[in-house]
Order: sequence, then structure tokens, then C-alpha cells
Amino acid sequence: MNVVELKNISKSFGNSLANDSIDLAVKRGEIHCLLGENGAGKTTLMKILFGLYSQDQGSILINGAEVEIKSPRQAIELGLGMIHQHFMLVGRLTVTENIIAGREPRRGILIDYAEGMRQVKELTATYQLSVNPGARVEDISIGEQQRVEILKALYRQAEILILDEPTAVLTPQETGELFAVLKKLKESGKTIIFITHKLKETMAISDRVTILRDGKKVATIATSATSPTELARLMVGREVILRVKKAAAMVGKTVLQADHLTYYHKKNNRQLEQLSFVIKAGEILGVAGVEGNGQQELEELITGLSRNSQGKIFFKGKDISSWSIRERRYAGIGHIPSDRLKRGLIPDFNLEKNLILGSEWQQPYARKGFLDYKVIRENSKVIIERFRIKTSGSQALVQDLSGGNQQKVIIGRELRREPELIVAAQPTRGVDVGAIEYIHKLLLKMREEGKGVLLISAELDELLSLSDRLIVLYEGRIVASGNTVDFTEAELGLLMAGQGRGGVKNGPTE
Amino acid sequence: MNELLALIFNLNTLAAALRMATPLALAAMGGAFSERAGIINLGLEGLILTGAFAGVLGSYYSSLPWLGVLLAMIAGGGFAALFALFTIRFKADQVVAGVGLNMLALGLTTWLMQVLWGSRGSSPNVNGLPEITIPLLGRLPFVKVFFIEQSPLVLIMLVVIIAGWYLLFKTPLGLRIRMTGDHPTAADTVGINVRAIQYFCVIFSGVLAGLGGAYLSLGHLNWFSVNMSAGRGYMALAANIFGQWNPLGGFAASLLFSFTDAVQMRLQGLNLSIANELIQMLPYLLTIVVLAGAVLRSRPPEALGKQNQGGDE
Amino acid sequence: MVRLNKLKDQQGIIFNLLYSVVAIVIALLLGGILIYLSGHDPGKAYYHLVYGAFGNSYNLAQTLLNSTPLIFTGLAVAIGFQSGLFNIGGEGQLYWGALATAVTALTFPHLPGLILLPLALLAGALAGGCWGVIPGYLKARTGAHEVITTIMLNYIAILATTFLLRNYYKEAGPVDQTPLIAESARMAELIPFTRLSWAIFLGLAVVVLSDYLLKKTSIGYDIQAVGKNSAAAEYAGISVPGIYILTMGFSGAVAGLTGSTLVLGLFNRFITNFSPGYGFTGIAVAVLGRNRPWGVLLAALLFGALEAGGMSMQLYARIPADLMRIIQGLVILLVAAPAFIQLLVGSLLNRPGGGAK
Repeated sequence: MNVVELKNISKSFGNSLANDSIDLAVKRGEIHCLLGENGAGKTTLMKILFGLYSQDQGSILINGAEVEIKSPRQAIELGLGMIHQHFMLVGRLTVTENIIAGREPRRGILIDYAEGMRQVKELTATYQLSVNPGARVEDISIGEQQRVEILKALYRQAEILILDEPTAVLTPQETGELFAVLKKLKESGKTIIFITHKLKETMAISDRVTILRDGKKVATIATSATSPTELARLMVGREVILRVKKAAAMVGKTVLQADHLTYYHKKNNRQLEQLSFVIKAGEILGVAGVEGNGQQELEELITGLSRNSQGKIFFKGKDISSWSIRERRYAGIGHIPSDRLKRGLIPDFNLEKNLILGSEWQQPYARKGFLDYKVIRENSKVIIERFRIKTSGSQALVQDLSGGNQQKVIIGRELRREPELIVAAQPTRGVDVGAIEYIHKLLLKMREEGKGVLLISAELDELLSLSDRLIVLYEGRIVASGNTVDFTEAELGLLMAGQGRGGVKNGPTE
Repeated sequence: MNELLALIFNLNTLAAALRMATPLALAAMGGAFSERAGIINLGLEGLILTGAFAGVLGSYYSSLPWLGVLLAMIAGGGFAALFALFTIRFKADQVVAGVGLNMLALGLTTWLMQVLWGSRGSSPNVNGLPEITIPLLGRLPFVKVFFIEQSPLVLIMLVVIIAGWYLLFKTPLGLRIRMTGDHPTAADTVGINVRAIQYFCVIFSGVLAGLGGAYLSLGHLNWFSVNMSAGRGYMALAANIFGQWNPLGGFAASLLFSFTDAVQMRLQGLNLSIANELIQMLPYLLTIVVLAGAVLRSRPPEALGKQNQGGDE
Repeated sequence: MVRLNKLKDQQGIIFNLLYSVVAIVIALLLGGILIYLSGHDPGKAYYHLVYGAFGNSYNLAQTLLNSTPLIFTGLAVAIGFQSGLFNIGGEGQLYWGALATAVTALTFPHLPGLILLPLALLAGALAGGCWGVIPGYLKARTGAHEVITTIMLNYIAILATTFLLRNYYKEAGPVDQTPLIAESARMAELIPFTRLSWAIFLGLAVVVLSDYLLKKTSIGYDIQAVGKNSAAAEYAGISVPGIYILTMGFSGAVAGLTGSTLVLGLFNRFITNFSPGYGFTGIAVAVLGRNRPWGVLLAALLFGALEAGGMSMQLYARIPADLMRIIQGLVILLVAAPAFIQLLVGSLLNRPGGGAK
């Protein structure tokens, strides 16, 4: 019995086709993975199902009946619930308030908070989703916030739960807990659609899997009848070489040295503790860790975006701890920021102006504070050509470029400055496979040219194939470091979860 | 010196402050609702002015001041509906649209006054609201001064403020409003009609500001004059921030602002050589100090002033 | 390719211009309806409006006279906008500019005009600039929203200048004003008996200067980068707080010049409460001019024409000049919401024949 059936769904944004005649059938009581790369159209498809987008063509059947879903309200009435990648929670409201909003228990004209609290407690008990119903959402952990999201859907009597990349923000341990909850939900008869791009998770949790690529459906198969290699091939469309060929490192002098960096963040108390490491010329140092364990703070400290730390940073032997961002850039630190659109580009500026961002006071683009547009235009032509940026020209607005090309604009700009150290944070996030390979090649080329690279990434494959050495961050501390070849993927996973190298057991549950 | 202080700081000054706080507190509550739903309403100034004018207009033609009050609320709400249409439906910049609304209201009221009554200074006198005395409260010691020969709108304001607080913090609608202003997408995904909430809040803010305007022209005085609001809309906005987007807080801030005003007027009456202008500056300075976070940590609704993009278009 | 893109850019400007024109036309139409409803002839009224604004050289001079302060205040708002700040504080800044200029001129009455005039202008720009720096600093350091702080600072400025005037600089008599400044410190009339001074050329110069600064200099680049994406600007090493303070200082200085030129060219003294809201009208001018210096110039000229024409309309057609404020308010509302104009124009174009879809 198909509880959800999507037939021939298409949806385009502007000129790009996000969903191209996609069919999807989900059986009652199964965990169904929707697998695909970034930009394959998974989220778009589910947003259509949940009434956040409207499809250009195609039909939706719930429990066999054709329905038109124009708003989340209708989707909720049909028994759907969606847990978004970016949580839809209000920080300053309590857990209970977040859960009951829109469907509040009442006493007269007022909200019956006691009743709401009781219902939330009942739900947490039934599904073993422990969370304090009276706590403010901004005060609880990410894992707990995700449970609140699930509770929100359950409170609305959702029978079909859609989870969009739910493990991206979780530690491996929290992921384990989530999977246990999902299995419990499945036992109680709920249907689960699980969006992911991770093969291992797909293999671990799903009954069946549907693969999307470039907005098209590739296949639906039973998980027990497939393998990670086959899934990878279906997802990417060709054989995937997980390891990039690279020459042996030609290590030179120390470029960067971090000496007992300690950092307290006012807002969420996330901190770095006593971080010490070096990066030498001609090597890539990878930083592994589950997101939110100090990577962003490290990125900001090295580039100067935040400065109030204890400990010291040396660049080519000079103490740069108190240097401004501009001083560090001028000295030769390049930066590919983790949040591309927020930090790395000015979407409203055209290409040529974006390509001098950070160099606008420097020769030859400017002389004594006056810009020379002839040189600026020439510069953009060179970068567009050298980095194969697909665009209508140097006057095009950067917001009109694709994600991969935007990333190339940033990388082109940063490499053009010929830095001696490049801080590359999530350099391939959200870009297509072709661009990923190209970016990897560029990073390796920098290494061959004798530059230092600090590579911060959430993708284990990327770290393992590019880095010469690795450090692993957990709760702001370096829990392991060493040559990349000495780490196995399994080991890294454990380390990232805060469990000691090799020795420690897997914990009581498994 | 002590005598002087006693002359200034007494219950009569406080009673005067309460009266002057009435339009401020009402408009500040309007600001609280509008901003809690995510819409900056800089147009409060124009909405108060519109209310003041419509109040006199209603009383002039019907001789019934209460009909004037009703018309003031309708006019305020109607003008706010126009503002809501532009900012919500057509996604106009909220601050710019607010400035435009204020200009429009100033121009329209001044122009209409000349067309209708042939004067650019003030309107003819109309029937204002009669003052009332509350039977029981008017006999209590000390606080009776607030309830004897008081404008009914002052008392209505007190009731409205308390009701507004309940509405915002204790009812389903209030929870939905607060969610809309902090995270409209979240509200959308739990099936809350974000647009409807925003329209309601902006129009409601207009009704409140209109009522505040009616107090100026029918409660405090009984005529309309050019630019009668005299910046009270902006002060109300400041009071709202001062009061942490809470009707009770806004009321307290309004009371504080108007208290300095009342003190200043009393000093003027005493003909002392204390610089008036410096005392008048106090509310404005206070607001800046508060905004700079020196006294309270102010925390506006997270999505305030941002265009929400609910769904695709 | 470059040429093609240039064409595109020009199209953008033309579209903006078109929107503004449509907004003005709609506002004038609505104004016409109001005139009709009040029992007057819109045709006659608008004849006097146009004649009063452009009909002869005296009227044209009145238009320019009314435009001059708006060029400055409009530019002040536009400059702030470039860095993403909404400077509603032009009103307060221009009061400080006016007082500083008047006091300077009164303090050094014997200096030759060639020195005194620039000195007095500089004092005004400095005073306005300092007042503008306050909200810039507050925004940079504490995040206090500049819209509210500048509004509050307006009241403080008006009260403070009144206080200073009454206690230190007041001329004897019932009016709160300073004595007249020396002849040598006055800006000369361009056309006799029109009161139009060469302050308008100063306005023009500031337009040219700001346009050049924004487009061709590194600091202009930084200002725009902060305005369009402050996080990226920070990433690139631009000091965002520094730019906020600098831009607000610049914006305040230009607003201060409004007051200076009014003192030196029109009133020849400081008078309390002299501004009929130039700072606020400047917001409208900036919005209509799309926050670009040349756009501001055009918008200021239009608003000046509306003011001058409105006066003649009141005189000869007996229609209160406040109608112009209604039209200005409508123009801002309409320009702020291009989606509305798109909808309106779209539905008008699609109606005949219904062929579009």
C-alpha cells in the first residue's frame, strides 16, 4: 500500500529545472531514503509534498487519493510532518510553546499551558524523546532541538515524517540516538522519508531507497539488494574515484603555527581549548570533526575575523595574533570562507568588483585610493578564463552564477593574490561533482607550489584524500593528530564522536 | 528646596503624566503588536494624526464625540491597512513606506482642514468627551486623583493595555503573533497564516494609534490643529522599544516619558531659571541610552523588518 | 560583450526612471481627483502648478531655491543608504550645521568673505558631521538601530540649538534668532530679487563629488561593500564599524551644509525651528532618486518644482499647497513598492485585447 505517491513532478526555478518528471512511491510503515547529491532536487521535491512549493506539473496521491497541497497547513491535515534541515524553532519560546503553536490547547480564550505541557510529556514518554518541555529552545542542545522538531510533527498526529538531512548537525552518538527513535517510530506504524547524501546512513537505516540525480529519478531499490558502491555510482552517474592521486609532499618551512589557542565565545559558550599545531609549506593540514566542535571558531581566529583569544598565532615566524583581517590578508593569508554567500561574495556586485574584494586599496587595482577600472576589468578576464568561470562576462552579477561558479570566483580571487597560506573551509559544500574535482585539483596544485593549506571540511572523504596530516576536533579540543595515512575512516568516526583512539568500546547499546 | 520638590513631584504631576501618557501608551502598544509580527511601523506618527483628525471630523458632523472616537479608530485602521498592503503584499521597504505614510497623513489632514474649515491653524471647537468620575475608585485615598474628573479614554487605555498584554502573552493568537515576528517560516510550516497575522497586527496598531489620536483631539482638547501628533508616534515607537515590545512595558515607558514632560511643564509654570530645553531632552536621551544597551538588553523580534518569503512565487 | 552589458545597465537605469515617472504620474492623478472632489478644476490647478514652477525665470528661480536644501538633505540620506544605514537624522544635523555656521560668521565678522565663507561652511559641515557620527558610533559599537537613534537625536538637536541660542547668541527682541551676519559672509544672489544664491552650485558640486567618490574610489567601494553585504566586507578586511562611522560623518556633514547654506544664502542668521522638515523631505528625495547622487539631484529638482508650483497654485487657484505634501507622500509609497507599479502597469497593458496570455 503506497501511502505517498508522487507522479511526474516537475518544478523549475527561473531557467533551472530542479525536478524533472519525478515519480516516487513510499509504502506505509517503511523508512524510505531519498538519496542524491547537493542540488539533485531532493529538498525541492519534499517541499512540494509539504506544500511549501507548488509543482509546475504532476500529481500527489496520499493514501491513494489525489490531493492538492497548497500550504503546510493542508499537508499537516493530511498527516504529513517535516523536519527541516534548518530547524523551524523560535529560540526565545519554550519547547512546549514551539510544539503547540498553531494548534494550542485552550481553556476559554486563553492557552492551557498545563495541558500542553502534559501532552508534550506524554509524547516524550511514548517515543522516548527526552527533552524538558519547559526549557527555552535556545538553551538546549542541537540534538534536543531536533527532538523538538520531531515532537512538533507527532503532536500534529503526523503519520508520514519527512526528515531533511537530519544527521548533518549531529554527532555520531546523537545520530545513533536518532536512528533508534526512527526505528521506534517505524514500529509504531509511522512512515519515514529520510533525505540524505550519505551512503552509510542510507544503508544503515532505510528499507528502500530512491536515488535522484540532476533533478531526475534514477532508481528505487530495496536497500538489502544494493551496496554502497552501486548507490554511489547511481548517485553520481559514473564510477567514483574516492582517492585523488597526489604526489608526495615536499614539505618546507613552517608557514603557520598555532600556539595554545584558547577562545571563548560569548553567545553559545562554544570554545577552543589549547589548540596547537603547525602547517608547513607544501602540505595540507586537514581539520576533521562534526560540525560545531570549533571548526568555525578556528577558521575565524586564523583569518582574523575574531581576535579575542588567548594563545598565539605565528605566520612565517611573526606573531599575528593581534593583526587585523586586512593586515593578515596583505601578509599572505587567503581565505575560502565556509559560508560562501554570506561571507565570501557580494551578490549584488558584478563579477569584476567581486574579484577585487579585499584588494580594492592595493596596486594595481587602485592607486592612492582611486580605482583603475581598466586593470580591474583585465583582472576579471584573466580569472574568468583561468578558472573557467561560466558567466556572461565581467559585468554579470555574482548572484546570477551557479553555486559552483560562485565558489570558483572566490577561489580565483584568493589564489590570484598568491597567498602563502590558504584557509579553505568547506570548499566544496553545495557544488556539483565536476566543480568538486576541479577545486580538489586546485588545492593540490597550491600544495605542489609550496603553499600551506588549512583544510576544514565536514566531508571525511575529502579530508582523507587531500590532507597530508590531520587533526581531529571534538568540543574545541584536538583529540588526535597525525599523518593521514595512519587514520582509517572508522577510527576517525570514533574520534569525532569524542571516543578515544582505537581502544574504547562502542558503548553499551550495540 | 524640599518644598520645591514637593511642588513638582506629587500626585497631581503623576495624574498629569498619566493623561499625557495615554496617546503614547496606546500607540506604543500598536507598535508592539506590529513589530511582534515583524513589521516596523514608523507610520504610527501619521496614524495618530489621522485618528486625531477623524475624531474631530466625526464629532463635528454628528455632534457625538463617541462617534468621533469610533471614526478615529476606523480611520487609523484603514490607513494602517494601506500601509500593510504596501509593506506585506507589495514588499515595500517598511521604514520608507512609514515615512511616506506620515507625509501623506500630514498633507491630507492639513489639506482637508483647509478645504472643510478654511483654516490652516486649527479646526472649530467640537463636542469633546465629557470627563467622568468613577464612583468607588474616586473615593479611595491618594489614588482618587486618577479617577476623579478623568477622561474616559485614559481609563479605556488602562483596560486596553492590560487586555493587550493578555492577548499577546496568554492567548493562542498572541503565541502565533510572537512566532511570526521571530521566525515567519517556522510559523508558516506549522500552518499559521503569517500574512493574516501580519495584516491583523498592522491594522490593529492603526486602530490603537487612531484611538490615541482621538484622545488628543477629543479627550485632551476639543479641536484639531496642524501636526497635532507632534512626534508622539516616534516617541511611542521609542517607548515600545524601551518597554521591550510589551504593552505593559510600553505603558511604563510612556509614563516615564510623559512624567519628565509634566515635570518640565510644572517648572515652566513656576517660572524658574532652569533650562527647559534640557529637561525636555530627557526622554530622548533615555531612549538612546536604552537602545545602546546601557540599561536593558533590548532584543527585538528576530525577523523584524525583513521581507519574509513564504513559499515560492 | 561588455557593450551588451553596458546596455543592460542602462536599461536598469531607464527602468528605474520609468518607475519613478509612473509613480509621479499616479500621485498627480490621485492629487487631481482630490482637487476635483474639493470642487476645483484640476486642469487649472495643474496649469498654475507647472507655470509656477517653470513659467518664467523668476518662477524657475523659486524652483531652484526650493530644491537647494533638498539636494543636500537628499544626498545625506542617499550616502547613508550606500552603507546600509538609514539616516533619518538630517533634520538634527542641519540645525547644528546652521548654528555652527551662524556662530562662526558672527564671531569673525571682520574676516574677508573669501576666508569667512569657506570657514563658515566648514564649521557647518563639521558640526553636522559630528552629530552624524554619534548614531554611526552607536550602531557600530552597540548595534543600536540608527532609525530610532537619529529620530531621538533630531529632537535633542533642535532643543539643544534652541537652548544655546536663547542663552548665548540671541539678538535682543521677541524672536529667537541671532543677529544678522556680516554682508561679507553672505552668499550672493544669482538673479536679483529671487533670493536664489550660488548655494545651488555648491549642491551640484557635492553631487558630482559624491558620485565620483562612490564609483571611482576605494573608499566608495568599501562603503558600498558594507551596504550590500557587511559580513563579506568584514571578511575582506574592511572595518565595518569604521565605515559606519565614516559614512554617517560624511552624511551628517552634507546635511549640515543644508543649514549652512540656508543661513549664508537665505536667512543670513540662525532662527529657531527654521526648518519645515527638510531632513524628512530629504528621505523622500533619496528614495525617489534611488539613492544615487544624480537621481537625488533630479528628485530634488522635482520636489522643488512641486513646492514652488504649489505656492502659485495656492495663490492663483486657491488650492492649499499642502496638496504637494500629499503628492510627495504618495510618490514615496509608490516608489517604495515597485511590485505595485508592476502589477498596475501589467494589468493595464494586458487588458486591451487580452492577447498577452
